[in-house]
Formats: sequence, C-alpha cells, structure tokens
Amino acid sequence: MNSLLLVFVPLLGAVLAAFWPDNRSRPLLLPAVGLFHVAVAFGLLLTPVDIPPGAWIGYDSLARAVLPVVSLLFLLCAFYGVAYLRIRSERPNRAFVALLLAVLGLISAGHQACHLGLLWITTEAITLMVVPLIHFNGTARAIEATWKFLLVGGTGIALSLLGSFCLGYASIYGGGQGDLTFTALIAQGAGLSRPWVLTAWVLLLIGYGTKMGLAPMHTWKPDAYGEAPGIIGAMLACGVTTVAFTAILRVRAVVTAAGEGRVADHSLLAIGLFSMAVAALFLLGTRDFKRMLAYSSIEQMGILCLGAGLGATGAWAALFHVWSNSLTKGALFLCAGNMRRAAGTSAVDQASGLARLAPRSSAMFVAGVFAATACPPFAPFFSELRVLRAAFATGHIGTATIFLGCLLLAFFGITRLAFAVVDGRPRSARKTDRKRLAETAGVIIPPLMLLGLSLWLGLATPTFLTSAWTAAVAQIFSPK
Amino acid sequence: MSEPLNLLIGLAMGLNLLALGSSRLLAVIRAMSVQGMVLGVMPLMIVGLSGWNVLFVAVMTVVIKGFFIPGLLRRAMRAARITREVEPIIDFVPSLLLGAGGTVAAVALARVLPLLPEHAGTLLVPGALASVLTGFVLLIGRAKAISQVCGYLILENGIYLFGLLLLEATPVLVEFGVLLDLTVGIFVTGIIMDRIQRAFDSLDTRKLTVLRE
Repeated sequence: MNSLLLVFVPLLGAVLAAFWPDNRSRPLLLPAVGLFHVAVAFGLLLTPVDIPPGAWIGYDSLARAVLPVVSLLFLLCAFYGVAYLRIRSERPNRAFVALLLAVLGLISAGHQACHLGLLWITTEAITLMVVPLIHFNGTARAIEATWKFLLVGGTGIALSLLGSFCLGYASIYGGGQGDLTFTALIAQGAGLSRPWVLTAWVLLLIGYGTKMGLAPMHTWKPDAYGEAPGIIGAMLACGVTTVAFTAILRVRAVVTAAGEGRVADHSLLAIGLFSMAVAALFLLGTRDFKRMLAYSSIEQMGILCLGAGLGATGAWAALFHVWSNSLTKGALFLCAGNMRRAAGTSAVDQASGLARLAPRSSAMFVAGVFAATACPPFAPFFSELRVLRAAFATGHIGTATIFLGCLLLAFFGITRLAFAVVDGRPRSARKTDRKRLAETAGVIIPPLMLLGLSLWLGLATPTFLTSAWTAAVAQIFSPK
Repeated sequence: MSEPLNLLIGLAMGLNLLALGSSRLLAVIRAMSVQGMVLGVMPLMIVGLSGWNVLFVAVMTVVIKGFFIPGLLRRAMRAARITREVEPIIDFVPSLLLGAGGTVAAVALARVLPLLPEHAGTLLVPGALASVLTGFVLLIGRAKAISQVCGYLILENGIYLFGLLLLEATPVLVEFGVLLDLTVGIFVTGIIMDRIQRAFDSLDTRKLTVLRE
C-alpha cells in the first residue's frame, strides 16, 4: 500500500466535491473518503513500510503514531457532517465539503512530511483552506473570527518560514549541500551552526506554536472555535494542531542533534506550563461553552508541549495524550454543536436547561467534560498520569506541582460552565424549531462512538498503539 | 557584486521607513510596490542569469509583488471608497522611531550571527530583519485592514530577502512557497475584506471587538 494514497485520494475527493452537482448527495463523499482513509491509515499502522533515504514524504514512525487518530476522528466527524449538513440544508455546502476533504489530504501530507520545506507548505495550505470553513456561518461574528485567524495564523506561518530558512542556513553554513530532509539535518548534527539553530528554534516554536494555539499566540483560538461549526472545531483542535505538534517534535530532534537539546526542552516546558496557566485562568472567567472548549484545547496543547519537554517517557505520554485528547475533545465539540443548535446560543447567560432541550447531547457533554478534565476511567486520565509520572521521574517537582494546580483550576472552570448550561430550566421562550432541536441518530452516534473509543483507549490501550508510540519516540530521541 | 546589491537592500530599507512614516495609504502601497520590484531584481544580481528558474523567480516576484498585489490593494481601496487616509494606532513619529530603532537593532543582531564568506559583505540579514520588524509595527500599529495587509506584505518581503541567502544551495521550491503564499494569501484576504466591507460597512478592524472575554 502506498501512503501517498492518504494524500491524493482526499484531494481527488475534494475536486470531485467541487464539481458534484447535487447539494443533497454531496456530503456523502465525506464518509466515503473517510472510510478509505481509515482503512489505509490503520493498514499502514499495522504493517509498517520502509522509507527510502532522502524521501520528502513517507509514513514514518511519527506519522504512524499520530495520523491514524486524525483519520478516525475525521471519519466520525464525516458521519456527523452528513447529518449536520442535512440540518443546514439552506446553505450551499460545495465549498464546505471540498475544503474539508482537502484539509484531510493536507493534514495527511503534513504528518508524513520528512522535508522542512514540504512541511511548511502543507501547514500554509491547511491554514488557507481552513479560512472559508471558519466563515461557514457567514455571520458578523464569524467574519471577525476569520479575520483574526487569518492575521494571527498568517503571521505565525510567516515566522515559521523564516525559522525554516534559518535552519536551512544553519545546515549550509555547516557545510551542508542543501538537503533539507529531517534525516539529513539530524545526520549533520553538531555540524549545524549553533547560533542559527537557536534562532531557527525560537522562530519555529513561535510559528508552529501559533498554529498549535500555545499561549501567548493563542488569541485566534477562542474566536475561531467559538464561531466555526462544531465539526470544524473538532478538526481544527484535534487534526490541524497535531500537524503543528509533530512539526515541533521533528524540529526538536534536529535541535537536539545539534547539541542544544537542553534549550529546546526548557523552552518546551516553559511554553507548555505558561499555556496551561493562561488557559486555566481564562477557563475560570469565560461565559461561553464553545469558547470554553477552545481554552481547554489550549490547555491540552500545553500538556503536549510539557510532555515533549520531559524526555523520552514524557514524549511517549504526549503521543498517548494526542490520541486521548483527539477522541475526547472531538466528542465534546460535536456535542457542543448540538447543544448550541438546541439553545440558539453558546453564551452561558442565555443558555440553560439544556438537559431538557437536548438530553442526549447534554448527557454526553457532561461525560465528555469529566473525561477531558482527566477523570478515570477515560483515556485522558491515563495519559496525563503518565505525563505527571514522567515529570516526577525526571525530577521536575515544581513543574509537576504547577501542572496539577492548573488541572485543578481547569476542572473548576470547565465543570462550573458545563453544569450552568446543562442544569436549570430552559430560559428562553424562543420558538422551538423542531428541525434544529431533533437529536437524530446522525448527530448522536458519532460523539457517542468517540467517547466509547476514549474509554476503550483508557481501559485497554492496544499493544499495536503502544509499540507505535515507542517507535515514534525512538525516531525522535535516538535517530539512527 | 555586493556593492550594487547592498545599494538595493539599502533602498528597500529606506522604503520601509517611508511606509512607516506615510500618512497616505496610496503612498504606502507605492512604497511596497517599489520594494517588491527591487526585491525581484536581486536574485539576478546574486546568482546571475545562470538558469531559467532564477529568471522565473525574478520575473514572478516583480510581477506579483510589484504589480499584481498593489493593483489588487488599489482595487480594494476603490471598492471600499477609502478617501480618508491611514489611521494609526501607533502614531507616525513613534512608528518611525520604532522602525529606525529596529533597523539599528537588526544591524547589531546580524553581527552576532555567523555568515558564509560570500554573504559576509552584504546587508541581506539586517535588511531582512529590519523589514520583518517594520511589518510587525505596521501590523500592530494600523487600524485599517488594507494597512495591515501592507504590513504583512512587508514582513513577507523581509522573509524573501532572507530566503535569498539560500537561493544557490536549496531547491527553488522554498522560493515558490513564498510566491504561492503571497498570491493565495492576498486572494483570500481580498475576499475577507470584501465580506468585512459588506458586514461592517467599513474596513476598520477596530470594530472587530465583539469576541472577547
């Protein structure tokens, strides 16, 4: 099986969707491509392929460890999307379906990119493709969110290009021949010029950190997640951000090979803790349950960075957390989309009593909230526990304390908000629109399955995943 | 070879200051367009007419940065019927001081970074850093969407200047990335500005303040 299929089939699907004449049947392309993608991604997870040296793109260990969960999330979002676009049948969905498929193809390329330039181009393309998706609802608030996303995201992208150039110059200054694949850069190791490597690291961490939504470059995130449809929020929070995270992991391996691993680890720890702290404080204050998910996502990204800065065991835990966070947060975004439609708003002051308006979604939302705040037996509990253990094992007692404090604050903030909207009496006497309120199987089963997967991942982490994560850690920490 | 090149980079740095100090939007766009053309000539001066891809980069840069994008921005200006000029959040004199300070800092910073012998005599690194800083000042310090786009483009010009260091050694692909980014980025931005115009009836990003805590 060729891993390029993961890139080209979704892109072909996108072209097909762009020319598909019928608005009603077009969304079916989403699950069709999604099923194929899952089959190939998991097939390649179970039967790894060798990558020829010098290849620009390939399904290497890091891609194996992360891409399948994005694929799985996309499939379930795709089923949800069919039901969602049926509810929103008043809006044309041509651009929505085509761009969503293109984003899947580009995410697959980004995860598999073994070349500095290719990695940047895919991230850039994803950013541009996402812009109209955030704008789908077409409201004034959506336009504001889109503008901020474009400006902040565009600047982040520009800085990551500058960082890529600096890393390229580090290689050329050290006598490199202009081969910018990660294996070549790592092989050059101490031959890379250190001042340029450090400059590159700062710029790339800021640039890709903006895409990940790390504080203080997170400002676009609450707006975009708050205004975009739930399914786009899920793909942004759990698909696009993982590309930026693996990019940071790949660059970190180069920086470590150049002998500046300590600086890289310290900066990852610092930015991770700062993101967690900022997110925890904003979670205590926000008054909107979709924006709450964005702050929670910033916190999760902080946890990923923290894990990546804690050595091999920490990075293993971070890869585990990518999976548990994607499944759990995906379910939350889809439920929040249902609840927002039922309440007509996502502001806490106007939405209440959702347990009566949308009982199934609310129940899943509460379960998902407990899962996301690391309550056992869901997967985030186990992955965050591993991050914590890695912190203790490496002697980062202060880091572990702040980590726990932030988790506690976030727990208060998230549960406060969740129960405020779920409990109570439906406040508005607004006209009930049967079509919008209907909790059909199409919008209930996908989040339920995501929650189920999160539970399964926590209780019985399959060995093919743990060994994939181990292989990925080996690729980043002890490259050949 | 580096003397005329340095002259051009110095010109580009001067245009940065012009863009910072100008109160007329058209003047900012013109400064940016001239800067784009100046940047387009540079690959030919560094590498010479050695291959078709260098020529391609040069021609594309002049066409896109020098004509296409400025034209698009002028069109956006007409569409939005902007008669009032640049509205600064950071006033012109402080902007200029920031820009000048940034240029000095860029020269100082560039001395710390080691350069290959063939690049040692050029102003490429200070020029790149100064443009990036100018871009940031315009992005943060201007209220109108079009001024912010100009800031973003000057920032990109700085990155392009830096990319010239790698022109000989790495595939041209990296350069293509910049061009692709610019065209599509502006294209999308243009659509967005169109929408902002319709929704808010102005291009003032200060009105985009509904979403906050």
